[in-house]
Amino acid sequence: MDMVRQVRFIWKPIVFLACLLPAFHAVGDVYGITGDLGPNPIENLQDRFGNWGLRFILITLTITPFRLRTGWSWLARFRRMLGLFAFFYVLLHFLTWLFLDQGLLLSAITEDIVERPFITIGFAALLILTALAVTSTVKMRQRLGRRWQKLHNWVYVAALLGVWHYWWQVKLDASEPIVYASVLAVLLIYRAWHRYAKPRGKRA
Amino acid sequence: MLIRKPADIRPSEITTKESYLSRRNFMKAAALAGGSLVAGEALPAIIPEARRAKLEGVVPSEYSTDETPNSYTDVTTYNNYYEFGVRKEDPYQNSQEFEPHPWSIEVTGNAEKTGTFALEDFVKPYTLEERIYRLRCVEAWSMVIPWVGISLADVIKQFKPLSSAKYVVFETLHDAKRMPGQRSRSLRWPYVEGLTIAEATNPLPILAVGVYGEVLPNQNGAPIRLIVPWKYGFKSIKGIVKIHFSETRPRTSWELAAPHEYGFYANVNPEVSHPRWSQARERRIGSEQGGGLQSLFSAAKQPTVMFNGYGEHVAHLYDGLDLRKNF
Repeated sequence: MDMVRQVRFIWKPIVFLACLLPAFHAVGDVYGITGDLGPNPIENLQDRFGNWGLRFILITLTITPFRLRTGWSWLARFRRMLGLFAFFYVLLHFLTWLFLDQGLLLSAITEDIVERPFITIGFAALLILTALAVTSTVKMRQRLGRRWQKLHNWVYVAALLGVWHYWWQVKLDASEPIVYASVLAVLLIYRAWHRYAKPRGKRA
Repeated sequence: MLIRKPADIRPSEITTKESYLSRRNFMKAAALAGGSLVAGEALPAIIPEARRAKLEGVVPSEYSTDETPNSYTDVTTYNNYYEFGVRKEDPYQNSQEFEPHPWSIEVTGNAEKTGTFALEDFVKPYTLEERIYRLRCVEAWSMVIPWVGISLADVIKQFKPLSSAKYVVFETLHDAKRMPGQRSRSLRWPYVEGLTIAEATNPLPILAVGVYGEVLPNQNGAPIRLIVPWKYGFKSIKGIVKIHFSETRPRTSWELAAPHEYGFYANVNPEVSHPRWSQARERRIGSEQGGGLQSLFSAAKQPTVMFNGYGEHVAHLYDGLDLRKNF
């Protein structure tokens, strides 16, 4: 089997199922099969979906640098799927907040989005990711042409807002958001280096 | 054939929440029927050293709420006690090695009677009362907890504070060897909290030494902690080793950590938001585990009540004070 087929028929389904594991685990915990949600079940669900959303954003962002370093071009085939999983978990995080935490109480929801800056920026990140998810299809990519890449560079803005959103809401201990921020910083520095410093290096 | 003797099972292990509650109602009824049982023959407060040991001579209190308490698991596995770590499960996981005995409390400052007292002597003059109180955390969740403790007002009066004593300051044990959370600088150690003398002599606050009729578990602040039910939970300092009668207002731990977010008063107030989140509503935590999606949808937030619903007892303490400024 050639690489393209191997990726499509073996590796992609495996990665797809692996990406669903956190969601299965959450469902299992909700029904008390794989564990439980602890004394504050809604907070537990909201936090874990938010965390997985951030992790998937960062995993998606590591694909291109990793591909460039290793020359494994087949890695690019996972980028869209992983990006959509990032959107999936961020959306679950948002829906948990909307339906379970806020109980769809409209006044509280709008107040939070307008008056609580950490919720405002989280919401902004969700809007960006929604735009990216909607335009992630091959058709949209063809239709948008060169503008597609410009639009999808906004994923870095979404990642920054997401990490900031997390950092801003912790009460005191920022050790976990710092880990995400560090990973994101390394990725951003690499991209900047790759874009501006590397061509000069090549010329030399 | 192995026959398990009843003696192998400790009462605490087989006491369900329901039977616990009915026992409590029975005690209430008994107390009402024969008042002498409560007032006349009150037993001195004794704190057994064994874990989960049952406390004797506990009398019910008129200040208790009728609301259903959270489960023992909720109360003892979801805690904020940064001395043992910053995550909710940390205090339960990291405090099991902690040995709270022997324990002594140092009383200092502007009072007639000061000195260092062994815990047994410190609590002995008082009666253990069960106080079922609502606990509202500044993080917008709440629980109902059946504490057992002694009246703080009675303790304060015993030390005869001088008129220059305007504040009562409490300190938690500072011992990074025994409290692993103190090895990180999450807060400034030791943890410091305080009340005005008027607040401290109000009948509501207690020094808790137990929960659910048993000695206080380590993660809940063993062997002795403060409970101030109309204030956010962080005021209810745990593992107390020092009580100081002060002329000046102390700088409390959370105030030092983030002065624009946490004030000295920290009264539960739905109208004054935390700078980053609303205090208008709270989640009463705990739910039937494994209850599926339905139980999650039914766990809606409830409105937060001024002074956590204890306004009739404490609102007068703040007459003329701008609670928006003095948050």
